[in-house]
Amino acid sequence: MPKELRIENLHVRIAGTDTEILKGLTLRIRQGEIHALMGPNGAGKSTLGAAIMGHPNYEVTEGILEWDGKNLLEMKTDERARAGLFLAFQYPIELPGVTLFNFLRSSYNAIHPPAEGQKPIGAVMFHKMVLDALQLLDMDPSFSQRYLNDGFSGGEKKRCEVMQMQILKPQMAILDETDSGLDIDALKIVANGVNRLRGDNFGALVITHYQRLLDYLTPDFVHVLMNGRIVLSGDRELALELEKRGYDWVREVVEAKGVPA
Amino acid sequence: MSETHDRELLEGLDTYKYGFYDTAEPVFKTEKGLNEDVVRMISAKKNEPQWMLEFRLNAYREFISKPMPNWGSPLLQEVNFDDIYYYIKPTDRQGDTWEDVPSYIKETFDKLGIPEAEKTMLAGIGAQYDSEVVYHNLKEQWEKLGVTFLDMDSGLREYPQIVREYFGTVVPPSDNKFAALNSAVWSGGSFVYVPKGVKVEIPLQAYFRINAKNAGQFERTLIIAEEGSFVHYVEGCTAPMYSSDSLHSAVVEIIVKANARVRYTTIQNWSYNVFNLVTKRSVVYRNGTMEWVDGNLGSKLTMKYPAVYLLEPGAHGEILSLAFAGPNQHQDAGAKVLHFAPHTTSNIVSKSIAKGGGRASYRGLVKAGPNSKHSKSFTRCDALLIDDRSQSDTYPVMDIEENQIEIGHEATVSKVSSEQIFYLQSRGLSESEAEAMIIAGFIEPIAKELPMEYALELNRLIQLQMSGSVG
Repeated sequence: MPKELRIENLHVRIAGTDTEILKGLTLRIRQGEIHALMGPNGAGKSTLGAAIMGHPNYEVTEGILEWDGKNLLEMKTDERARAGLFLAFQYPIELPGVTLFNFLRSSYNAIHPPAEGQKPIGAVMFHKMVLDALQLLDMDPSFSQRYLNDGFSGGEKKRCEVMQMQILKPQMAILDETDSGLDIDALKIVANGVNRLRGDNFGALVITHYQRLLDYLTPDFVHVLMNGRIVLSGDRELALELEKRGYDWVREVVEAKGVPA
Repeated sequence: MSETHDRELLEGLDTYKYGFYDTAEPVFKTEKGLNEDVVRMISAKKNEPQWMLEFRLNAYREFISKPMPNWGSPLLQEVNFDDIYYYIKPTDRQGDTWEDVPSYIKETFDKLGIPEAEKTMLAGIGAQYDSEVVYHNLKEQWEKLGVTFLDMDSGLREYPQIVREYFGTVVPPSDNKFAALNSAVWSGGSFVYVPKGVKVEIPLQAYFRINAKNAGQFERTLIIAEEGSFVHYVEGCTAPMYSSDSLHSAVVEIIVKANARVRYTTIQNWSYNVFNLVTKRSVVYRNGTMEWVDGNLGSKLTMKYPAVYLLEPGAHGEILSLAFAGPNQHQDAGAKVLHFAPHTTSNIVSKSIAKGGGRASYRGLVKAGPNSKHSKSFTRCDALLIDDRSQSDTYPVMDIEENQIEIGHEATVSKVSSEQIFYLQSRGLSESEAEAMIIAGFIEPIAKELPMEYALELNRLIQLQMSGSVG
């Protein structure tokens, strides 16, 4: 049975304020599926990613948020990660003094703890995994011993997020504008990173501004988020249509259907 | 850092780990409080030469005449000099094998892992228990090269000329109230002499343990590194948790001759009822290098500013200071560098962390005295606050009396941000593991200067503090 991320009538506001950003969003993503989420600036795309992962600055006021039948709203961020969720950040933090290798090893052991009586993965074995993943993302092996994101360019940080995903092998990933700021070569590399994980035990929500990522990462579903709700859903064709006709077209379509957007 | 290992560390620890104590009675102790008779009795017990008794008595008068410092920390006013035992002799003899050490003391040091450390990674070791050094050993290969590593009392007995020549010259009793106190009642500590050209490649270690209640520990250390020599001296310290306070007030004097290099590393982990008021100073001659690596994690109040006096051209001073202040702790740590010759250089790096209402202060002095042209000094001081209740302050003083001097100072204060914690939690780390990782990164510039075992110990201690089990 594929696991499912279930989002039902989700209302989210900025913690401590009355500013509501998501206003009743509904979406279901199963493992084996890739969903693309598009929408104009300020529609709430990144808020959705943050809310799924439990960012303390966002408060869920109403609705259902479940992963594999478990109520995410009762789980801390690290518990959600250990349950198989992953968020590739739009703006990853820098952590001077902690090498990418050490960071990833702690993270890996937290998410994939050794079975009872087994030892955690050895340094040599893990080193090999890190080098392989770096190579797949076309990153220099020296990144392993560099401090996490410290002095990385914007593009290197994005690749590093996908590289982490490669190692941590999540069951469901949210990629928050991982393509923004990337040139076309980097875009292909990042898309391939996601494609390699595709399979029955992996699902993803890919948040993007641009349809060009979807040229390399064929989504099964495309959704348009406007004003805190998903207003239109379709397949690959919808993204192409959007590219051609813009969000004003979506507004017209939605109004024609009689749904406020 | 392995996760499983971290978890083991974070679980089941709800007290200061080294808080155990033994109940054996000492063979001798002076009455509580301090007067001239107590000073005379200490000197007599040790069969000291007349000059040392006079040195002590003069120092005692300095101590009496000096008021309590009115700077540093308000906690200082809580020190009650009348409520302290100034000399406690735990045993009648000193061992140079572990078998010679009384079993109750041996058990304490076994628990602290001292004999293991000696076997694997040290050139020599000294262990002080309350006022006296109870064990001392230097590996034969270093002894053959003429290296001396003794407790200070034996040093005075066996090398009276050398001790008389240097003792109290780097830190005179009149320097400050606590240096005067130490000079009056000192006992134990280390005497290290490294002959010309000899490089002691693995560290010498001293371990200081306060066991008795209301005890004062006043060890005195003198290190002399002759021309072109090298030595790395490491000290660690612990004490039991008592409800009443203890006082630790050491003096360390180091002489670094031409082209010599001395590194002095401290991992201070006193229990949270210890006042730690220490004067550490070195003088450095032509092209010599002094390095202080000073880690302060324990104690109720620490006031300590390792100092380097650069006396001849080419002399270099390096001070790495690390302070971690948890609940009810005040770490007033820092560094002093005094340039008294041209073409001298110094570098200060301070990293302080405050958590749970703790207070971490950096207090520093960079002085460029007359005749110090073409000297350079750079200070970097970073503070990290874990929460809103904690406090960090910086008191840098620059005193420049010469021109053509290059002085730099950079300071940052940062707070652990919810974005950082969220990111690390999104990678499966718990909140306290995330905080510990941020701190490990923050102190990395200092941790990487430590021998590996000490770096691991430091990380472990910080994880303990971060797990909320302490204080």
